[in-house]
Amino acid sequence: MNHHVFIASDRSGTRMKYSAEITVQLKPGILDPEGATIQRALAHLGYSVESVGTAKKLLIELEASDIDEARGALDGMCEKLLANPVVHDYSIEIQ
Amino acid sequence: MTFAVIRFGGSNCDLDVYHVLNDVLGAPTDLVWYKDPVGEYDGIVIPGGFSYGDYLRAGAIAARTPIMNSVKQFASVGKPVLGICNGFQILVESGLLSGALSTNEYPKFCCKWVDLRIEKTDTTFTSKFKKGEVVRMPIAHKEGNFFADSDTLKSMNLHQRVAFRYVDSEGDATASANPNGSVENIAGVVNKTGNVLGMMPHPERASESVLGGDDGFRIFESMVEYADRL
Repeated sequence: MNHHVFIASDRSGTRMKYSAEITVQLKPGILDPEGATIQRALAHLGYSVESVGTAKKLLIELEASDIDEARGALDGMCEKLLANPVVHDYSIEIQ
Repeated sequence: MTFAVIRFGGSNCDLDVYHVLNDVLGAPTDLVWYKDPVGEYDGIVIPGGFSYGDYLRAGAIAARTPIMNSVKQFASVGKPVLGICNGFQILVESGLLSGALSTNEYPKFCCKWVDLRIEKTDTTFTSKFKKGEVVRMPIAHKEGNFFADSDTLKSMNLHQRVAFRYVDSEGDATASANPNGSVENIAGVVNKTGNVLGMMPHPERASESVLGGDDGFRIFESMVEYADRL
């Protein structure tokens, strides 16, 4: 039991909290029907715009021992679940 | 011989598939909840629906549930795995099939009967069809726009991994016969070994003539016949 407590307190001493914003969007050239529909609706309101693209933003808070570890974990999350590499690009911003 | 229909939270075509397999075809079938172990089965069907509310992307969450590891294992020994609609989305998200399924070109839920051309008959699921035959089944989806990059597409065509294409009544894969913007009118694909099929149309909704058509029944008949030979 004591051993357990020691490990936990040791970790909390070295780990930092990070806030990350992950943006997932369609790769260039892939049809974005939602963006195209919004563009048409904007035109109905008199706004003529050249293009509209949509993206999904995910806000993630995590603990890591440093920013590289945080970035590595977030990269893994994007590759394995948050983005579909067939159709998406993603970017990660960490604060 | 026993078949499994896997249910996730939000599956809603599970009972229809069960009915066709168990009651119409007479093949004993179990409904398997995704948290339960996958026992000894001769074929697995992942039915349509809206697993996990289509959160993140259609099929993305279900594809990462532990039961999918069992499905991958099952597929790797050559046993039949059929994914219908949301099941197809789950199979591409899990990497069992190539490509991706994104929002329809006209971004609306599209529910109608379509004509399909049979492109391949030497698969676990299409042996009861003739190559080039045009059959009718309903579609009902908003994320059925099949996409694969040009290299993947080239390889899929070279290795004949396209099972069905959307066509007009003459059997031509025209733009107007394409209900969702799928690249090259692709409606269903198989894996390299032909024992995993993903398709957007619903064969279980076209398996009894009282429903307006029974072309889909031959998908299940083919699967059961194949499993019987294994």
